[in-house]
Parts: sequence; C-alpha cells; structure tokens
Amino acid sequence: MAPSSGSTVAAVAAPLPRAEFQPGALAPYTGAARRRSRRVREAVIAGVLRVCAFSAVAGLLLIVVFVLREAMPVLFDAATRKEASLRAYFATSMWQPVGDIPKYGILPLLVGTLKVVVAAMTFAIPVGVMAAVFASEFAPARIREMLKPAVEMLAGIPSVVLGFFALIVMASWVQSVTGAHSRLNAVNAGLALGLGIIPTIFTVSEDALRAVPRSYREASLALGASRWATAWHVTLPAAGAGVAAGILLGLARAVGETMIVLMASGNAAIVSGDLLDSVRTLSASIAAELAEVVVGSPHYSTLFFLGAVLFAATFIINVFAGLFVERLRKRLAGA
Amino acid sequence: MSVFGGRTRWPIVMTAMLALGGAFGCAGGRGGAMVTVKGSDTMVILGQRWAEAYMAGHPGTVIQVTGGGSGTGIAALINGTTDICMASRTMKDEERQSIQQRYGEPPHEILVARDGLTIYLHEENQVHELTLAQLKAIYTGRVTRWNQVGGASMPIIAYGRENSSGTYEYFKEHVLEKEDFAATVQTLPGTAAVVNAVSKDPHGIGYGGAAYLKGVRECAVKRDDASAGVLPSAENVRSGAYPISRGLFLYTRKAPAGAIAAFVEFALSDPGQALVTEVGYYPAR
Repeated sequence: MAPSSGSTVAAVAAPLPRAEFQPGALAPYTGAARRRSRRVREAVIAGVLRVCAFSAVAGLLLIVVFVLREAMPVLFDAATRKEASLRAYFATSMWQPVGDIPKYGILPLLVGTLKVVVAAMTFAIPVGVMAAVFASEFAPARIREMLKPAVEMLAGIPSVVLGFFALIVMASWVQSVTGAHSRLNAVNAGLALGLGIIPTIFTVSEDALRAVPRSYREASLALGASRWATAWHVTLPAAGAGVAAGILLGLARAVGETMIVLMASGNAAIVSGDLLDSVRTLSASIAAELAEVVVGSPHYSTLFFLGAVLFAATFIINVFAGLFVERLRKRLAGA
Repeated sequence: MSVFGGRTRWPIVMTAMLALGGAFGCAGGRGGAMVTVKGSDTMVILGQRWAEAYMAGHPGTVIQVTGGGSGTGIAALINGTTDICMASRTMKDEERQSIQQRYGEPPHEILVARDGLTIYLHEENQVHELTLAQLKAIYTGRVTRWNQVGGASMPIIAYGRENSSGTYEYFKEHVLEKEDFAATVQTLPGTAAVVNAVSKDPHGIGYGGAAYLKGVRECAVKRDDASAGVLPSAENVRSGAYPISRGLFLYTRKAPAGAIAAFVEFALSDPGQALVTEVGYYPAR
C-alpha cells in the first residue's frame, strides 16, 4: 500500500477535536445519554454486520451438507450402487448416463477437465504474470492506470458471452491456426477460459508486486542491475508467494468454470491425450445434465458426486492460495 | 420414455402443482369440472398452454397438467388416475388390451400435433440427403468421413444435443434405435448452439428443432435407399412423409364427453392448433 493512503487512514482514525462533538443544536442531550445511544447504535450495526458475515458462512456450510447428502447414495445406497458406484465410474470409459444401459465412466470427464485446465493455465499464467510485471515495474503511471481497469473489465464479461464468442469466432481461428480436426476442442476452450482467469492472476500478482518495498528495487538498481534483471531476479521472487496465490486462485476458477467450457469445448466425452480433441469437463456435465435429471436417480446422485469432487478440488486449491498469501504477508512484514 | 420412467421438467411440474393448489382453493366451493391431463414430457408445455388458454375461456373448469413421461401417463390412464393421457408415441397392444379389459372399451386416440427433427448440414456440403441408416452410422461412429456417404473426402464432425433434452432421447430412440451415441459426438446446449456450430463448420452435421440460419442447410432424409429424400417442411411432417417425425397424441378411456370432450375439441380447434405452432411443433391438421 502506498504511504500516502496509510496517512489518510490515520487521519480518519485520530480523535476529532472535542469541540466538534458538542454543537449547540444538540444541547438538550446530556453527554451520557448521547454516549448511550451511540453505544446502542454501534452495537446494532455490529450485530447486523455479524449476521451478514455468518449468513455467508452458513450458506456455504448448508451447500456443502446438501451436496454431500445428495452424493451419498453413490457410496451407501445399494439400489444406486447397482448402476453408479466408484467401481462403476472406472469400469468403463464411456459417459452415456441416459439410455437402457446407462454408462457412468467418469474417466473422460476427469481427463477432459485436466486437459482444458492445462491449456488454460499454459496460456493464462505467462500472460497474466507478465502483464502484472509490466504494469507494476515498467509501465508509466498513465498507461498503468489505463491497463489495470481494462484487464479487470475483462473479468466483468459474463462467461456465457466469452463462451459464445469462443464458439462462433475464436473456434474458427483456432482451427485455422492449429489445423485441428474438430473446431471445438480443449485448446479453444482453454484459450477462452484463459481470458476468463487472466484478470484474477493479473490483479493478485500486480498487488503482490507493488507491495514489494521500494528499497528492494533501489538496492538492486544501485548495484547496477538492469530494470528487467531487477524485475525478474528481485521483485518477482520477493512477490513470489503472492503471484503463486494469484495463479492458484485462477486455477480454482478454471477448474470450476462452467459456461465457457460448455459452449467452447464440444463436450464430447473422449479419453485422449490430444489437446485438439473435443473434451467434456466435470462442470459442463453437471450444468448440462442436472436440470432435467430424475431427482434421486443414480444419474442425479452421480452428478452431485462429481460436484463434491469439484468442490473438494477448488477447496484444496483455495486453501493453498490462502497459505501462500499468508506467507507473502509474513515475509514482507519481516523485511 | 427413459428407463427412469421419464425425466421430469421440475419447473413445469412445480408450476402445475402451484396451479393445482390454486385450483383447490378457488374451484372447491363452486364445484366446477376438473380435468386431469398427464403424460409425455415432450407435451407438458403444450398441454400447459392449452390448459391456460382453455381455462381463460371456461372459468368454471380446472385443467391440471403434469408430466412424467408417456409411459407414466398411459399407466395413469389405465389405473384411472388421469382423465386424459398425453403420449408422444402410440399405445402398445398390451396397453390397449388392459384398457379394454378394465373398462370394456378400447382407448380413444386423438392425434393433436406432430413433432419433427431437422438434420442440418453446412451449406457447402455436397451431401443433400441421407438415409436413416446413414444417420445412424454417422451418430454411432461407424461412418466417420463424408466420402462414405457420397460427399467430399473430409471427416464428419457430428453435433448433437445434451442428454438432458427430449430431442436427444427422441433421436436415440428413433434414429439410433437405442444404440449409444459415439463418444466423439459433440453435444451443445440448445438448438441455437448446434445450428451455430454447424454453420461455422464445413464438416459438421447436427440435429434439432426447426431453425433457420445463414450457413446451414436442411438435409433431406430417406427412409431407406429405395425411397426419395424428404425435407422437413410443415406439410411433410404433418403428412408423416418425413421419416424423423412422430405423432403427439391425447388418449381417453372412452369417447370423450363433457369437459374432457370440450378440452380435446379446444386442442384441435384453430386457436389450439395455433398454440401447437407456437411451442415449436407442427399442427395435426
């Protein structure tokens, strides 16, 4: 944080001169009554804020409980397990849950998710981090002030719009460049997904880079290092934990992002290592199928099980991101 | 329709339940007629629209529409728990017989609409017509190149609908004859997305409801090698000449009478048939 903003906060927090608290208009109130009413008001506000904060936590807990409860039959219900169990999930590599003999092979969905995420991160990490380095280390103030809101505006584009853009426009371009057999494929979905997560990586990384004390850069430049060498060998490593946190937050979003991949990946459940094949992801399967599935059927439980898997994955990634942020804070505070 | 006894359109069922709740509230006291309609999920929206329009004109009558699938609706008709059954297939012989046995009369069948599936091709595709067998071979993955079905030497990219859609099940039942789709078939949410994908992909083929877009062409479908290709025009779907079309029926236990007859008549009337077109099907007459 810039030193100037720190001093603003200090000014607000400092007690105001006593005279300003006792204007003539408020004369009927005694000091004690005023203090009491102020205490009550503060307590009410704090209470409302507390309810807001905990309702979010309660909502999260309820959702977790709900998802796990709906997924349970896959592990414990005998009738469901005849069709959909952990063993059935890996017994076949076919995902055809609707039909006379439903097939619940989740391998293509896991492979598909992995492929899209790899493609997205390969594109988004270099672009997002390098853009952050440019914005914090190289860009003149005027350009930085334009660049940051512009990139963050990218985050404001609804994912269904990004997805549709990828389906109609980007896919043809990707196909002509890569010569892919299929227009809609993991690379196409990955690029669109990358556009979706670059703002996350950029914003968090840029904040981390700018939090690195100026003395680091000054010391490096004073030793004769170039600006690039300073950015690459001094600033970026110093902000490393924050950049890692940004990447992990982007990763968590990439794993869970639904609309973009639903539109742009073609959703064919194929097991292959080729990034130019169409892919079906966990999140897209849930989005596409859950709306009309029979409640309580093996298919329904399976989709919730996949939801639980996704939740666990993003939860773990977010926990690691939190740890990295904590580490960065300690490191810079210790410096 | 499906092994689970039909997938359910929850929002519609809920609306129907709410409507039912309201119906008890206001119809209970006046003793108005109550007609229950149950069956095919394909027809739930259509039935709902008919019911709304009919009730607007007949304030004393309550029409209650629920889905559940054609099989569920037919079972309810046999058990006497619904007055009218909606079905997107004709009744099987044993179903007709159990109605005959229980009620002494065969069921009464009324064709109220037709449903047809369009096959889309990219406008530059040299293929103009395909047989049902060729469509099946393409979507089950036995045919993977256009030159195998009389086109240019290029791969086939098959697009389809998500497995949550009635269209998916219909295609699987009628064209694939219940075989599995090839894993390589790309599925997209909604007819619009399928049509868009095909319009951008010279190798593409897709299926869905009627849609018009620059860049795609409707494919004529042949029942077999010997027959002529038929385009899915309203006339060909109505006459049954187009091979991927089916009748949508209402069934009653006996010849309809009273409020049931009035509702069936409304479905076949001009405003009733206009609603058929509005929800995306083809009029029966």
